[in-house]
Amino acid sequence: MNSISRRKFLKITGFSVGAAAAVSALNPLVKGANKLNQQKVKGIQKIPTYCDICFWKCGAIAYLKDGELWKIEGNPLDPLSKGRLCPRGTGGIGAVKDPDRLRSPLIRTKERGQEVWKEVTWNEALDYIANKMNVIKEKYGPESVAMFAHGIGGNFLKHTLKAYGAINFAAPSFAQCRGPRDVGFELTFGESIGSPERTDIENSKCIVLIGSHLGENMHNTQVQEFADAVQKDATIIVVDPRFSVAASKAKYYLPIKPGTDIALLLAWMNVIVSEKLYNQEFVSKYGFGFEQFAAEISQYTPEWAYPETGIDPELIRKTARTMAMYKPSTLVHPGRHATWYGDDAQRSRAIALLNALLGSWGAKGGFFTPVSFSLPGYPYPAYPKPTKEKLDNPDNKYPFASEEITTGIREATITEKPYPIKGWFVYATNLIHALPKEEETIKAIQNLDLMVVVDVIPSEIAGWADVVLPEAVYLERYDDLHMSANKTPFVGIRQPVVEPPADQKPNWWIAKKLAEKLGLGHYYPWNDIEEYMDYRLKAAGLSLEKLKKEGIILGDKKPIYAEEGVPLEFPTPSGKVEFYSTQLAAAGFDPIPKFKKPEEPPADFYRLLFGRAPVHSFSRTQSNRILMDMMEENEVWVNPNVADKWGLKTGQHVRLKNQDGVVSNKIKVKVTERIRTDCVYMVHGFGHNSRMLKGAYGKGASDSGLITKYVTDPLMGGTGMNVNFVTFELEA
Amino acid sequence: MARYGMVIDTKKCVGCMDCVVACKTENNVPEGHNRDWIVTVTNGKFPDVNLEIQSQRCNHCDNTPCVSCCPTGASHVHEVGNVVLVDHEMCIGCKACLAACPYDARYIHPDGYADKCTFCIHRVEKGELPACVSVCPTHCMYFGDLDDPNSEVSKLLASRKNHPLIPEAGTSPRIFYLI
Amino acid sequence: MQDLVTTRHNPQIDPSMTVWGWEIPVYLFLGGLVAGMMIISGYFIFSHRYKKTDCVTYVLPIISIVLLSVGMFSLFLDLEHKLYVWRLYTTFRITSPMSWGAWILILVYPVIIANMLMDPPKYIAEKFPQLEKVKNFIHERPMLIKNIGVGNMLLGGMLGVYTGVLLSTMGSRPLWNSSMLWVLFLISGLSTAAAFVHMIAANVEERELLAKADNGFLTIELFVLALLIIGLSTSSAVHIAAAKLLINGIFAPAFWVFVVGMGVVIPLIIQLLAVNHKIKHTPIAPIMVIVGGLILRFIIVQAGQYSHYLNAHFK
Repeated sequence: MNSISRRKFLKITGFSVGAAAAVSALNPLVKGANKLNQQKVKGIQKIPTYCDICFWKCGAIAYLKDGELWKIEGNPLDPLSKGRLCPRGTGGIGAVKDPDRLRSPLIRTKERGQEVWKEVTWNEALDYIANKMNVIKEKYGPESVAMFAHGIGGNFLKHTLKAYGAINFAAPSFAQCRGPRDVGFELTFGESIGSPERTDIENSKCIVLIGSHLGENMHNTQVQEFADAVQKDATIIVVDPRFSVAASKAKYYLPIKPGTDIALLLAWMNVIVSEKLYNQEFVSKYGFGFEQFAAEISQYTPEWAYPETGIDPELIRKTARTMAMYKPSTLVHPGRHATWYGDDAQRSRAIALLNALLGSWGAKGGFFTPVSFSLPGYPYPAYPKPTKEKLDNPDNKYPFASEEITTGIREATITEKPYPIKGWFVYATNLIHALPKEEETIKAIQNLDLMVVVDVIPSEIAGWADVVLPEAVYLERYDDLHMSANKTPFVGIRQPVVEPPADQKPNWWIAKKLAEKLGLGHYYPWNDIEEYMDYRLKAAGLSLEKLKKEGIILGDKKPIYAEEGVPLEFPTPSGKVEFYSTQLAAAGFDPIPKFKKPEEPPADFYRLLFGRAPVHSFSRTQSNRILMDMMEENEVWVNPNVADKWGLKTGQHVRLKNQDGVVSNKIKVKVTERIRTDCVYMVHGFGHNSRMLKGAYGKGASDSGLITKYVTDPLMGGTGMNVNFVTFELEA
Repeated sequence: MARYGMVIDTKKCVGCMDCVVACKTENNVPEGHNRDWIVTVTNGKFPDVNLEIQSQRCNHCDNTPCVSCCPTGASHVHEVGNVVLVDHEMCIGCKACLAACPYDARYIHPDGYADKCTFCIHRVEKGELPACVSVCPTHCMYFGDLDDPNSEVSKLLASRKNHPLIPEAGTSPRIFYLI
Repeated sequence: MQDLVTTRHNPQIDPSMTVWGWEIPVYLFLGGLVAGMMIISGYFIFSHRYKKTDCVTYVLPIISIVLLSVGMFSLFLDLEHKLYVWRLYTTFRITSPMSWGAWILILVYPVIIANMLMDPPKYIAEKFPQLEKVKNFIHERPMLIKNIGVGNMLLGGMLGVYTGVLLSTMGSRPLWNSSMLWVLFLISGLSTAAAFVHMIAANVEERELLAKADNGFLTIELFVLALLIIGLSTSSAVHIAAAKLLINGIFAPAFWVFVVGMGVVIPLIIQLLAVNHKIKHTPIAPIMVIVGGLILRFIIVQAGQYSHYLNAHFK
């Protein structure tokens, strides 16, 4: 058990008997689900919505049988899911039936982190929060309340906080996940990658995956397109220290030494430029600074890259030539979770540059130009003018950060510079597992006067709150309208399928009620969310009734490829694709990426790598009983040579100890030929120590608990997390 | 008469377990029990490794030791598609069929009877595909009549290399894996 | 190097099959014992030994009925859908040795009862005086008596054999997949019965005869065990692996020590010495035979379930 957080036994005083009985028996949950269908509708009902297990928001259709939640399938109209959900979405009813769910608002009765609560009414909870927020506004100013939110469900809460005067908002998805690649691409093409990514995988003839493990990383649309591409015999090139499922589909697998991807990318670009295999038309038409770029990379030969990466020079050449052969329908995938070593924005820029050389930007089989529905917003009163600056990136320390930096807000909360942060609102993100160095998150929380967590399950971060607000699961609530940018414009609706089983409420209701308590009710000129949706849809000539019935309304098809006439524009300083980045040079950074050797692990230590499993989402599904039936715990992948050295066998349990002496929970060993000898791998999100999370408690080990060291990307503040090393602690 | 079978393309399968989850919710498979599952076969030594990922379930064999050993006739071959089913009301839970299956595809349901994949016959008889086939995000699963030379499954078997599981057990399984 | 990993986790199936626990080996043992007792009793009737009033044939039927009922109760306990057990008797499935067994077990009772009616135990005779008439009826008809003897031998044989057939038709469990299995079960049943009856027979001549017969059965059992293992070891890879479980695998110590050593070889030696009057008869050898027979059933049932075609479970 991680020695950093001191957790005591959870106790709920006051309503404990009733709550305990209700929590342990599943039946009341199921019975409660029928409140919506008071006359139990016989037969099968199909209600469309969109999923919330991850952030893809696939259109789904929930089935009720005789009023009971039966199963969920994809909505065939949805361009993201194309009628088929991923295993997590298919297992979504497990989120409704999760016996560990938060049931009612809670206020702590002991110190933060002790997990001792009393159940309160919504009025009590919201009054408490509003009072504290008013005090903070008086004493420090509204800018001292910050919000961490992840997902579309945060929209209304953000609206309330903005109305209150808060200005510091951040999601971990930037600095702890895809931020570097967005910045790397912005520096090169002027635009970011977006989510869902603008990657035309299904038409790609050559797909290069660097660390990306599609198939285990279950971004629905991408996996479907990937399988399509495999069917069409696309050439797959996979670069990964671990032989992923994607690697098993690859024609070329490059078992790269962790931390040396930039060297490989530079060598690839060296081959493509020196052998004149690059897309000359694209480069000459759209390129800026190509000559300097070509000169710089001429030194990065495959022979130079070989000792750094461990990849044979001939293989580097062969794969480079293969990529060039299929241009512009070659997609060097930008990846998603890119915060690895602290030089990640530059690595992503190298990937962007490689794509630029191949001319895949805007091309079919490369990167398309996404289109989306645009609905007019709801007319709200203007937010108050801020009197302070955002403090997540003071003095623009990270000059190229294009979104807020979560760890920056955390830092400011600890140092109280440039001004104190006294309140945190956390919506649907388990900061303890999401942010590196848990110790700092806990330290920051100690400085707060108010800590509010809105969640569906008693996550670790909820354990540190003053007030926990239980949200209704996505199948029980409305949410904002969904209009992701992708290949086809569409708008999707989330609507309740069943009633929440206890006192859980949807985020829009919480946000509206809190606004009212703060005297900001005029920011919610609508009475209920259907009014809000109806207004916006009507303004675009759409019908709410139709949307409720079908789940998805598709927009007119628009061109998305350059070959269809979409003009390519590059909002960079030069207006072109920046092979040489003057703005980077001006800020004192390498205008063209450079390689830096990664740190070597100490003797008997192995680099800790982590990733995804297709049946779990982050640390939020480990109490979903259906998904836990699929995968109950994570395992640490160990190469057989390493296993022999330590006497490890598959199935045995060990603890991992990192370079700072932090020891993990017990984790099962998986001895496999699918990983290098210098690293170990585990799936992220396990090793829960929140005692209310009974279905997940103690299962597997937490990788984030072992991530006590991180390297901050100087360009954009991303926290590189693959820089921790672990050794084995065998059980006595 | 139709003889239903499945063809699964291991080239496309990523082992995501969507088929397992869909089966679970569609058929109310009790927690802790599997009607279908994923087997990953790893060959080689790092980095020269290859994987075959197989979504497995009852193979609805042509030569059914599980049906012949059943003392009450609960385990039987259904007239539609020659699908192998268990009549819950006739099963005494003797577990002979569990022992007889070389694939260990059966289990005892908490209610006491022997249970397994039914090829979602309740869906198939309405013209739908089994839940696992319908949900698969990589579209790697195919279901149809093996006796119909024009069915998708027959055509795939004719045009691509494939193998069933444990052919040496001699049960003539009706699920084939394209490689 | 091949590595198989499965996500399946079915109870009683993974990581290895354990669907049949103690209930089945106990039944197999008792069934085999009763089968042997029926054959012995039937033979004594058929060979006119019944004419001796202290013949053990007058003691065996009630013991057989009790032991068989305990065995059948054990079988019933094994069922997972107990309320539906009556379904067994609504049909006869010719391809299912278990169906055969269900009906054999029904037919066995009248045959044993007929044997018992030749001289019902006192406490039963006292309750039902009409049985005296039945007894006389039977003893007036030598042909009927002969048929009772044949019937006991026949049905005893069927009872002792069908369980071995049932297991050996399970092609998926290579260890059981041997034509020697029913022979083994029958011989083991006979030797345990001979040992047991030797202990309880009142007639000295019968006791000697049974001890000699037991020696014969034990010797044959050694050959049968050898042939079983040789047969498996010269068959396909999965059968070789199954045989290895007994030869030098995880079941080997129990097999060699308790089944072969304690169950056959040592009692055989003791009893050979005893029938040649080198040492006195004691219950030691018979008890060893009986316990060895029980352990044999346990090992065959457990090792059989463990043997398998696919090895995805074990990684």
